[in-house]
Amino acid sequence: MDKLLNDFSPGLFVVSTILLLALIALMVKFAWKPILNSLNEREEGIQDALDAAEKAKLEMQNLQADNQKLLNDARAEREAMLKEAREMKNTMIDDAKAEAQTQANKMIAQAQAAIESEKKAAMAELKSHVAGLSIDIAEKVVRQELTNKDKQLALVDSLLGEATLN
Amino acid sequence: MLFTSAFVMADTTINDGKSDGGQVDTKKEVEDYILHHIQDSHDFSLFSYTSDEGERKHVGFPLPVILWSSNGLATFMSSEFHHNDDGSVIVEKNGSKFVKIHSKIYELDAGATTVAYDADHHATNAHKVLDFSITKSVVGVLLIGLFMLFAFSRLAKQYKTKQVPTGFGRVLEPLVLYVRDEIARPNIGEKHYRKFTGYLLTVFFFIWLLNLAGLTPLGFNVTGQLAVTACLAIFTLVIYTVSGNKDYWMHILWMPGVPVLIRPVLAIIELAGALVIKPFSLLVRLFANISAGHIVVMSLIAIMFTLKESLGVVGATGLSLVLSFFITLIEVLVAFLQAYIFTMLSALFIGMAVAEHEHH
Amino acid sequence: MEPVTYNLIGAGLIVIGAGIGLGQIGGKAMEGIARQPEATGKIQTAMIIIAALLEGLAFGALFLGK
Repeated sequence: MDKLLNDFSPGLFVVSTILLLALIALMVKFAWKPILNSLNEREEGIQDALDAAEKAKLEMQNLQADNQKLLNDARAEREAMLKEAREMKNTMIDDAKAEAQTQANKMIAQAQAAIESEKKAAMAELKSHVAGLSIDIAEKVVRQELTNKDKQLALVDSLLGEATLN
Repeated sequence: MLFTSAFVMADTTINDGKSDGGQVDTKKEVEDYILHHIQDSHDFSLFSYTSDEGERKHVGFPLPVILWSSNGLATFMSSEFHHNDDGSVIVEKNGSKFVKIHSKIYELDAGATTVAYDADHHATNAHKVLDFSITKSVVGVLLIGLFMLFAFSRLAKQYKTKQVPTGFGRVLEPLVLYVRDEIARPNIGEKHYRKFTGYLLTVFFFIWLLNLAGLTPLGFNVTGQLAVTACLAIFTLVIYTVSGNKDYWMHILWMPGVPVLIRPVLAIIELAGALVIKPFSLLVRLFANISAGHIVVMSLIAIMFTLKESLGVVGATGLSLVLSFFITLIEVLVAFLQAYIFTMLSALFIGMAVAEHEHH
Repeated sequence: MEPVTYNLIGAGLIVIGAGIGLGQIGGKAMEGIARQPEATGKIQTAMIIIAALLEGLAFGALFLGK
């Protein structure tokens, strides 16, 4: 300890204090201030550039999103148009079908009515025919059978039988 | 590195601090030489040799000696001592007689003509003077200071014209950023670090470059001078004492959250810690590490002489070369580490002083 | 024994103590780093600070004894 204290030189202490103070002052003024300021500026510049890039990226994303939206809209519109067309086609087909059906039904009904009337006419003719035949038969029967009672009866029977068959 | 070691070796073999400038051979001489080296010196000697006529020649240059003696200021060149270090050469200036003993300059008491020693080899009729000489350490400080000013102001100028420095600045910039981002910012805090970065940067590069300069054959031992490390430590002490905020003093003088009776005791401990132990540990750590490094390197180099008999010239030289080479490598690391630790602890102490506590 | 010898014994004791302390600090720091490699920076800083404090103490003792 004594030896160390003996080695301690107050003169050197004073001189080095003065030199160090001067060195610190000069370094701060001429070196550290400008260096640190420039470093800070540079870092801020880099940060700004990064921020700007981030912003640009965001804008780009927005733009893309817009485009996507437009595209989607267009697609939806096309879809809607196609759907409408399809519906229109269907309704047209349905309408045509329905009209055709009614037309056909009408024609069938007319045809049926015609058939019915034809039938009625035929039946009426047949009836009148049958009535004439009956009358003829009756005349013949009356002329022949008035002599023979049995024959009369038999005739009636056979006639009747024929009649029912008819 | 080998070059460095070789040079220091050359230094050891022929340069010598002793008065007669003789060669270093015995253990005692080696020890004296090493102890002499780690002290400051009044002249800048590069090497010395014995000429053919058997005369000791010193190569180097003298440095001015500036003394404040009992008769006022005295200045002369250190060459007037003729490399004498045991007090036998007396220089008379302004009516005072000066002698140099073990790298220290003493003034003889009035009436004395030669130095008298007591049993412990302490001068009895001479006293110390205030010595403001431009010693080897001061030259080292000046050289490194000028180098720092030159290198960093050039880097500062480069930033005016371009964003990214070129050349040597490219080496310096990451170091500046390292000190700012790894030492100042995390330890002091985002809010206050700007104010102290200049000091920390100066101290870091000052210590680091002087440590490295100490490993060169020039043989500076500036950061191994107690006066210089004390000066650095006191700077840190002044800075954190002056910039300490209310909370800091509160925690030192009247620690909240402990019983009132204990508070004065704690205050004494904290005051001692803040004003004595912290700067003392800073100054002693740097001084001891660098001095120890120098002693170890030079001792390993001295193996060359001390083991010459047992290992032979080649063996001793080889062993000392290999060992001193590796130790010098480690010393390069220590040079950085000590600068880092000094700056780091300074930043930490400043950070403690300016930290804003949340009140609990 | 001469007083110098006592001093040397004292220095040896200091070095033993400091060595144990430094070993503890370094070893625990390594363990910590191995367990949590992402905290390496913080652990290193704390390690260096504590080692530096210990070193200061040891040097102080050495110089008081010298």
